[in-house]
Amino acid sequence: MSSLNRREFMKRLAAAGAAVGASSLYGCAAPGAGAGARVVVIGGGWGGCTAGKYIRKWAPEIEVTVVERNPTFISCPISNWVIGGIKTMGDVTFSYDNLMKRWGVKMVRDDVTAVDPGKRQVRLASGGTLGYDRLIVSPGIDFMYEGIPGLKNPAAQERVPHAWKAGPQTAALRRQLEAMRNGGVYAIWIPVAPYRCPPGPYERASMVAHYFKQAKPRSKILILDANQDIQSKKPLFTKAWNEIYPGMIEYRPNSELVDVDAKSLTVKLLGGDVKADVLNVAPPQKAGEIAHRIGLVNINNRWCGIDWRTMESTVHKNVHVLGDSTFSAPGMPKSGHMANQHGKICADAVIALLTGRPVNEEPIISNTCYSLVSDKEAIHVASVHKYDKAQKTLVPVKGAGGISKERNALEFAYTQAWADNLWADMLG
Amino acid sequence: MRSAIPRTGAWCAGLALAATVAVPVAAQDVQARAWAASCAACHGTDGRSTGAVPPLAGRPKADLLRAMQDFKSGKRSATIMHQHAKGYTDAELERIADYFSKVSR
Repeated sequence: MSSLNRREFMKRLAAAGAAVGASSLYGCAAPGAGAGARVVVIGGGWGGCTAGKYIRKWAPEIEVTVVERNPTFISCPISNWVIGGIKTMGDVTFSYDNLMKRWGVKMVRDDVTAVDPGKRQVRLASGGTLGYDRLIVSPGIDFMYEGIPGLKNPAAQERVPHAWKAGPQTAALRRQLEAMRNGGVYAIWIPVAPYRCPPGPYERASMVAHYFKQAKPRSKILILDANQDIQSKKPLFTKAWNEIYPGMIEYRPNSELVDVDAKSLTVKLLGGDVKADVLNVAPPQKAGEIAHRIGLVNINNRWCGIDWRTMESTVHKNVHVLGDSTFSAPGMPKSGHMANQHGKICADAVIALLTGRPVNEEPIISNTCYSLVSDKEAIHVASVHKYDKAQKTLVPVKGAGGISKERNALEFAYTQAWADNLWADMLG
Repeated sequence: MRSAIPRTGAWCAGLALAATVAVPVAAQDVQARAWAASCAACHGTDGRSTGAVPPLAGRPKADLLRAMQDFKSGKRSATIMHQHAKGYTDAELERIADYFSKVSR
């Protein structure tokens, strides 16, 4: 936002406030009432960027600072396309420049070492501190390697990538697949739900199959799923695998993991050992490390409990938690789309709380996850989530949502547009 | 590396601002604004879409409402919108349609 536009904007806001005064239909907050308020966001991902941008969009008088350790944003949604060779890392890597230039969000490249919720202060690894009126914590997931002793050291983690956070591991998995011999085996192990992106593992298997079909047609794919069944879009994935990649993908449910031998690329399962040429293990997941350090994790020692009307932590006041780190509401997936929606509930609530208007007691949000099954066809799963006063949580609206009737090229086009619009919505 | 969202270009910032200024915050139905923000995930911020997903910004309220009601009833077929439309009451759809109709294209 240019300074001229911003001045004009503030002038009009003030005029609107004078005209409407305290008798506004939606509460008594005059526009601009949040002037001088400071919001700090930890984590420049799907939730954090969306919240930051929307606070500035809806209440430009509020100051927003996003603390992010990475210089650029790398998108986990669509990163399976990179693994399938349809896109490059450059295609899923974005600058934070528009957030700063267009929306006036301050970006601080740093790590947060501690938060003092009493003093409302964030401590940075570089030594500085940031004061806040409201803190938004959106750190995504971290991995629980404690149950997989063979993957504890970094070298083993590099040899057996998770590629479950987009970045160097995405590129590493792609390189391993490119280096694999024709006739080799790619195996992916999936933890018991909840994990980030329920359809992710099956889309990934489809993308690897797409690559193998062209480049290494004698190769095999093993999906070793700790769950009892395919977690998302099952009929659509299985039909696509049978018809597009017949005989290439084998699905093994109830694959309980004992350990991994990174040296020999072997997964030790309760049912026996499985050796692969490329081994991809997505460890069990928990809220991002910083959420633990702040003391926000109060459910199963893994996730953060929140009030779904505001996304405010049930542990610390004035602290909100977004995205994969939250203890998911019933039927709610951990997805980038969902974190984007969390960001908007949070932005609206933070503005309400900082300006003295009532919070929205009836948030309604939705989820759409598109998955590719080839380089031409896609499928989706959708749901709508509405706040239920009796249950005090967001619940899926009965009769709404569902999966694609069939895979097709139209949904492929929608997948591209979905990603482009989402990226623009959070960063553009 | 791509700069964020090449297709929307620099004009987008000006447009977004103009639209926000056009409807003063206090006069807005802020609850409908929050609900409508959900749609932005696929349809673009304020309903200004790029690519294959249809834009919502500035379309007549009656058209938007009729489309959603037809998706909801099954009168109009869709890949996904019938699944989303069923998540909302008619009163909610009307206020969301009203919100998008007031956003400049």
